[in-house]
Amino acid sequence: MTKLTNLTLAEARDGLKSGDFSAVELTQAHVDAMAANTDLNAFITETPELALEQAKASDEKIKSGDAGAMEGLPIGMKDLFCTKDVRTTAASRILDNFIPPYESTVSANLKKAGAVMVGKTNLDEFAMGSANITSAFGSVKNPWGANVGKDLVPGGSSGGSAAAVAGELCLAATGTDTGGSIRQPASFSGIVGLKPTYGRCSRWGIVAFASSLDQAGPMTKTVRDSAIMLQSMAGYDVHDSTSARVDLPNFEAALSGDIKGLKIGIPQEYKVDGMPQEIVDLWKKGEDMLKDAGAEIVSVSLPHTKYALATYYIVAPAEASSNLARYDGVRYGHRAEGDLDSLDDLYMKTRAQGFGEEVQRRIMIGTYVLSAGYYDAYYAKAQKIRTLIAQDFEKAYEQCDVILTPTCPSEAFGIGENEDDPVKMYLNDVFTVPTSLAGLPGISVPAGLSEGGLPLGLQLIGRPFDEETVLRTADVLEKAAAFSAKPKMLEA
Amino acid sequence: MGYVIKGETGDWELVIGLEVHCQVISNAKLFSGASTTFGAEPNHNVAFLDAGMPGMLPVINEKCIEQAVRTGLGLKAQINEYSVFARKNYFYADLPLGYQISQFDKPIVGEGTMILDLEDGETKEVGIERLHMEIDAGKSQHDQHPSKSYIDLNRAGVCLMEIVSMPDMRSPEEAGAYVRKLRSIVRYLETCDGNMDEGSMRCDVNVSVRKVGEEGLRTRTETKNVNSVRFVMQAIEAEAARQVEVYEDGGEIVQETRLFDSTTGTTRSMRSKEHAHDYRYFPCPDLLPLELPEGYVDNIRATLPELPDEKKDRFINELGLSAYDASVLVAEKEKADYYEVVAKGRDGKLAANWVITNLFAVLNKQGVSIQDSPVSAENLGKLVELISNDTISGRIAKDVFEIMIETGDDPEKIVEEKGLKQITDTGAIEAAIDEIIAANQDKVEEIRGGKDKMLGWFVGQVMKATQGKANPGVVNKLLRAKIMG
Repeated sequence: MTKLTNLTLAEARDGLKSGDFSAVELTQAHVDAMAANTDLNAFITETPELALEQAKASDEKIKSGDAGAMEGLPIGMKDLFCTKDVRTTAASRILDNFIPPYESTVSANLKKAGAVMVGKTNLDEFAMGSANITSAFGSVKNPWGANVGKDLVPGGSSGGSAAAVAGELCLAATGTDTGGSIRQPASFSGIVGLKPTYGRCSRWGIVAFASSLDQAGPMTKTVRDSAIMLQSMAGYDVHDSTSARVDLPNFEAALSGDIKGLKIGIPQEYKVDGMPQEIVDLWKKGEDMLKDAGAEIVSVSLPHTKYALATYYIVAPAEASSNLARYDGVRYGHRAEGDLDSLDDLYMKTRAQGFGEEVQRRIMIGTYVLSAGYYDAYYAKAQKIRTLIAQDFEKAYEQCDVILTPTCPSEAFGIGENEDDPVKMYLNDVFTVPTSLAGLPGISVPAGLSEGGLPLGLQLIGRPFDEETVLRTADVLEKAAAFSAKPKMLEA
Repeated sequence: MGYVIKGETGDWELVIGLEVHCQVISNAKLFSGASTTFGAEPNHNVAFLDAGMPGMLPVINEKCIEQAVRTGLGLKAQINEYSVFARKNYFYADLPLGYQISQFDKPIVGEGTMILDLEDGETKEVGIERLHMEIDAGKSQHDQHPSKSYIDLNRAGVCLMEIVSMPDMRSPEEAGAYVRKLRSIVRYLETCDGNMDEGSMRCDVNVSVRKVGEEGLRTRTETKNVNSVRFVMQAIEAEAARQVEVYEDGGEIVQETRLFDSTTGTTRSMRSKEHAHDYRYFPCPDLLPLELPEGYVDNIRATLPELPDEKKDRFINELGLSAYDASVLVAEKEKADYYEVVAKGRDGKLAANWVITNLFAVLNKQGVSIQDSPVSAENLGKLVELISNDTISGRIAKDVFEIMIETGDDPEKIVEEKGLKQITDTGAIEAAIDEIIAANQDKVEEIRGGKDKMLGWFVGQVMKATQGKANPGVVNKLLRAKIMG
């Protein structure tokens, strides 16, 4: 019999339904795996007792026929989602001991669907990073590290979630994506990561990084699992004015396997200088696989792509500088102690102690680009370019139904590498950021191994609220790629 | 010539603009759903959003939008069907989010006008620059503990309308009239209760001075949070005098925020220039732009009450009141309503006289509002009626009114019970006249000899003999006929 931790969400769901095992057994297996792999540092807060309690309740519900769509399925919750009575840190010292008296809409939706939360996963501080090295609770290790004999980053910011799923410490996990924070770590960790359309999932109760970009999504082992999990996460929420009042389709039913006649766009501008040959090859391979499945490949142009990264690194820090102003030491969280001359002194010392280097860097960039005299040159300009980038996609979708690109320009790199070069670090997001700026759905699917034996992902980008086509195409791509490699740590 | 300050170097005039914060009447705050009840225990009306908790998001309270549009219509202003909420970023302990959600370059209401009713019935038009919505901050209390400050977030997130005037006012009186008129309008509209002493209406006063005849504006100062009409006028007077003094001493006025100290009647600097804020406004990414649906504004327009200006015009044109009387009566909706009951179907001018001269004097003296008037509008109306139809004289009416104040009784009942009906029966009056003439033949001769004024004495005697009940017109006529022949 396969280990319970090897299962996909779909398999576990079906196994629970047919009574092959109980939710408590399934949860216990994951709780054990979590306890055995603390070296990955995938979790900031583990909640095994709570999980087992929930699993017990799930077993009752399954027995009585009241099972929800995610009933009894153990998942990890990115520690950016506020969870009632469970510590929520955003991986920051400033929220070290923050216990929210409320539950985020997405985690509440999952809870309502019966999902069992095994713990709160690690992330880059306030979701700012692409390598999960900015967490106040230490870096997360990519489970694939053993394959190459060194400590690798899992990607960021949802690196804890990616590592937990790839390392099979939970069946699936939530992520949030602001500029690529679901897709890039999915690519680095050999799993599926879906960023839905902006507004598809409520942001209520998610610690804000950049409000106009943040979007929650599932991180799973398969495309089908993403469809299942998104179904329970998504939906209009009266508490989030930017959440979309659109119907929720049946995402799993969209996985028909049929993409005949579908037009796949290949954006020419994504062929950037110096892109490793293996990424170029993988991209071509993806194109061929979709063609073989009956899709038509068309060349599309996204001319403003080259400005996307610069635009993102103005818009996101600007919003972050404002969103993070509430962490002032006055009402909750860390507060500087000792000799304080004034209120300003309290703010300065609290924030200097509470925020890490990357967060401070972005707050300063954001404050600068919004300040009087620079607003027009930076923020206002960036917003205009953001509109142009969105228009690029609109035009492209007159010619195609879904766009195929690599997810990242590289495989996972070693912990400690690139750390002294923030700009190089920002380049990780070069293929994911335009999608975020345009608010479009995007998915990363593991599509092959690098020469070094590490996972590489391909990204599919869809029209707004067309997750169905994205998932359907991703499902076909996933089956064709038949990615079956696993981290060595799972072989034992 | 208006308000002028005579300086050593010449005459100075004032340029005044006001920014008035009006707290919107609504059951819930602008974005959080928390209650807005006045006087709640500290930190009882606080939702997670108001406390700036992580992950909390604002959701617009539609009632507040309706109130802002209503106020805009009352100010005869442009309603912008597309407006944007922005974040105004600054740090303060009573600002939990680290920013105030406000409107910046795209407010919900644009330019409008307001007509000021000045003393002597004159009017003056003042431009409204804009009305925008924003949330209030909390309240810091520095006097509760020797080393700590306490913060009450009950007000944090409450919806305010900031109404900004053009710099059109030229005297403290005009500024006072502006605040009074604005208060009157929002109260008519029921969009703000206008209670300055409870802080639901606060005024920032922008003042600059310039030489009479000078074009252009000099540097202005902003005196914050002045909380009564009287203080607004005092603050302007004090600040203008200070500015003139600075200029005449060869100094310069710096643009700054000042505070009015009502105990000394002076203004003082609040923030130094080095601490000037860069608010870093940008559109709030948690809220979509506010787009009013088609027909929305018209639907609200259809529910507007008759506003003071229209009421005043109607009182002048249809009821024959003077501009001054009309403006006094319309200043408060309750007073206008009272008056209308008194005047209904009766002599409007007489009714106005009784309400303004007699009733308001009593209310002032007793310190009660029109709602608590000891005399009901129905009863005062009846009194006016009794005068008009000659049942009682104006003189007797004053006595009846006194009794009404005491007892709240119906004037008809009082007149009936006390037998105060005017005597118009010529026979009865003639009898009284004959008696007085008979007893005062010498005086009759004096009149006949040309001392016309003596006639008044006879009228007085007759009135006295009839306890004031005789109709004075009839008395006069009969006396003349009998004496002069």
